[in-house]
Amino acid sequence: MKIKNRNELIAQRENFLKELKKQKKKIYVCAGTGCVAGGSLEIFEKLKEVIEAKNIHCEVELKTEGQDNSIGLKQSGCHGFCEMGPLLRIEPMKLLYLKVSLDDCEEIVEKSIIHDELVERLVYKKDGISYSVQEEIPFYKNQNRLVLEDCGQIDAESIEEYIAYGGYRALEKCLFDISGEEIIKIISDAVLRGRGGGGFPAGRKWTQVRAQKEPVKYIVCNGDEGDPGAFMDRSIMEGDPHKMLEGMMIAAISSGSREGYIYVRAEYPLAIKRLRLAIENAKQVGLLGENILGTDFSFDIKIVKGAGAFVCGEGSALTVSIEGDRGMPRVKPPRTVEQGLYGKPTLLNNVETFANVPMIIMNGADWYKSIGPEKSPGTKAFALTGNIVNTGLIEVPMGTTLKKIIFDIGGGIRDGKGFKAVQIGGPSGGCLTKEHLDLPLDFDSLKKVGAMIGSGGLVVMDDDTCMVEVARFFMNFTQNESCGKCVPCREGTRRMLEILERIVQGKGKLEDLDLLEELAATISETSLCGLGKTAASPVVSTLKYFKDEYIEHIVNKKCPTKTCQALKTISIEAELCKGCTKCAKICPVAAIHGKVKEPFVIDQEKCIKCGACIDSCSFKAIKED
Amino acid sequence: MDKTISYEKLDEILSQYPSENPAIVAILQDIQEEYRYLPKEIFAYLAEKLKISIAKIYSVATFYENFSLTPKGDYIIKICDGTACHVRKSIPILEALRKELGLSAAKHTTDDLGFTVETVSCLGACGLAPVITVNEKVYASMTPEKTVALLNEIRKERANENKE
Repeated sequence: MKIKNRNELIAQRENFLKELKKQKKKIYVCAGTGCVAGGSLEIFEKLKEVIEAKNIHCEVELKTEGQDNSIGLKQSGCHGFCEMGPLLRIEPMKLLYLKVSLDDCEEIVEKSIIHDELVERLVYKKDGISYSVQEEIPFYKNQNRLVLEDCGQIDAESIEEYIAYGGYRALEKCLFDISGEEIIKIISDAVLRGRGGGGFPAGRKWTQVRAQKEPVKYIVCNGDEGDPGAFMDRSIMEGDPHKMLEGMMIAAISSGSREGYIYVRAEYPLAIKRLRLAIENAKQVGLLGENILGTDFSFDIKIVKGAGAFVCGEGSALTVSIEGDRGMPRVKPPRTVEQGLYGKPTLLNNVETFANVPMIIMNGADWYKSIGPEKSPGTKAFALTGNIVNTGLIEVPMGTTLKKIIFDIGGGIRDGKGFKAVQIGGPSGGCLTKEHLDLPLDFDSLKKVGAMIGSGGLVVMDDDTCMVEVARFFMNFTQNESCGKCVPCREGTRRMLEILERIVQGKGKLEDLDLLEELAATISETSLCGLGKTAASPVVSTLKYFKDEYIEHIVNKKCPTKTCQALKTISIEAELCKGCTKCAKICPVAAIHGKVKEPFVIDQEKCIKCGACIDSCSFKAIKED
Repeated sequence: MDKTISYEKLDEILSQYPSENPAIVAILQDIQEEYRYLPKEIFAYLAEKLKISIAKIYSVATFYENFSLTPKGDYIIKICDGTACHVRKSIPILEALRKELGLSAAKHTTDDLGFTVETVSCLGACGLAPVITVNEKVYASMTPEKTVALLNEIRKERANENKE
């Protein structure tokens, strides 16, 4: 079925909506990567079986001419509350069931689908209160889900549902009601800033691409979400792919492009699958291809799978990687907007940025600017992970404080431990500490304290996390991912890593700290691309806020959190030791000796701190500190 | 793994790409999908067919983490060591697996080509940290004990398959 013009699209939208209304109840089984790992696809099949066994018509795809009073069963995108998966949402009651298992399916259908009853044990509970309605759960209540609105509340594989709920209306508006210049004016007035990390104004970028005289231009979507600890782009691609495609199409209209590319990490197979399907479906109905909706606008989108290189998230590296070459950044200018993919003007934004576009076009710049601070308006998706109670994907207005995110939404620190720091912006970002809890998070406020929003990964760390080890971890990551093209990054990160490794092994010197700072300054100033320029950030910020911890490692040879293996001392308490010889036998380096039935001792010179003896002791006589 | 290099298969893959300036990364990905690694024999053949130097193709193949120039095991186990998994103790899982399979930082694949153990930077399932994948299937909230139990299950499965 091809939709040939605007009227047909409007008619189809009404038609699909009418069909959706025939579904008496709708079940959304979360089919994001997290819940799939928890077995949600099996739950989907089981629900279908149970519903059909009761002679109720179960619709797994939206058909025209569907039956009245059917039950719609859908695979949705990520609901964000990954900690509690597999998740199930039932409409119209807005129920959210948590940690659903195969054994629950029969009861769910019987109680909540056939009747209007709750399955109490599957409902979220906190402090003695049950929250059956999803939007009432504190994790959701304190959010403002705009970009992620449909993630979890729409069939991720159905273009029909996307259209029914108002999808591609922004495209319609851009094709028929406003000009390319007006599109750019709305995006510029809305002060939409790139969500990939830098926060560069999208409107300015779009204006520059539009101004290029070259007839061939490309739209490129950066789905190379390489920051460890960030997964908002994955969730959008998996859960609401059409929203992003629509954003890309609008960008294409504004700049006069006919061809787009999406660069997706190979580590995201499900995102690639859903995007492929979305593109195929859009082509089938004629929303991609030649003469879209009967206009002279033609546009096609291709998917390019990454091959595992973090540096390819950098614009110029990404475009050469699409061309099939080694993904190494180049010197700028010329910039990507002038000479990007295949040397042509290229409009490059990330997934979340494109997903913001349709709603800005529909609701206008003033509406968008009413959310969040004046210079960084809109919302931001954050991936909340680490030692926090409610891990998952959240969306809040820019300018929300860290305290609200970690404690109101995130539910605080796991296992009742204390909050120590949060790493924001991945390996390019910095850490924020207790003193920043009241800081409103936006592009500019974070820059002032030496951190950055980056793609929006928030890794929360508790009292037991060693910040020196965290710095070493990030430097190890950046060192591995340095492409090797420029010397400051290639050599500098290696030297910094060596120093950090020395420190965590108790072999550091106080002068090392000055050397770290000096290297950090040089690498930041002289590296070619963003990866190198920000490579030292985690070290600089941990040195700024946790210098004591570095000094403790260097001077007292102690790791205050007992994380660093090499700085532990393992000893046997003579009073508890029965002299059973078990530990001496298990020690891989023969560091334990003594007489049978008398207390044994560990030779500290020989001990490699592997901890094997601790596990072997039946009398808990071996201690580590 | 025991597949001998079929040049027909290579031609079939190449036929899907334009003959001028094709994207080498995509071609290598398709070849790796077929053989599960990049056999050294392909480089000379590709160079001739694509009219580019072997060095060029080799430089692309060695740049990206995902390409392997050595054969991999039937079961590829990836331990996520992204930040979220790291702070929730992913390294003990890696160590347990390496110990159990006799592997190390230098040796990733068992001699019988049964298992490959490697780390990845982030699988994007941070909410369920720490995670591992076995041939792309994701296992959430893992511990060293759970991982070894899973490994033993796979071993049993493998032994049964080999019997049949």
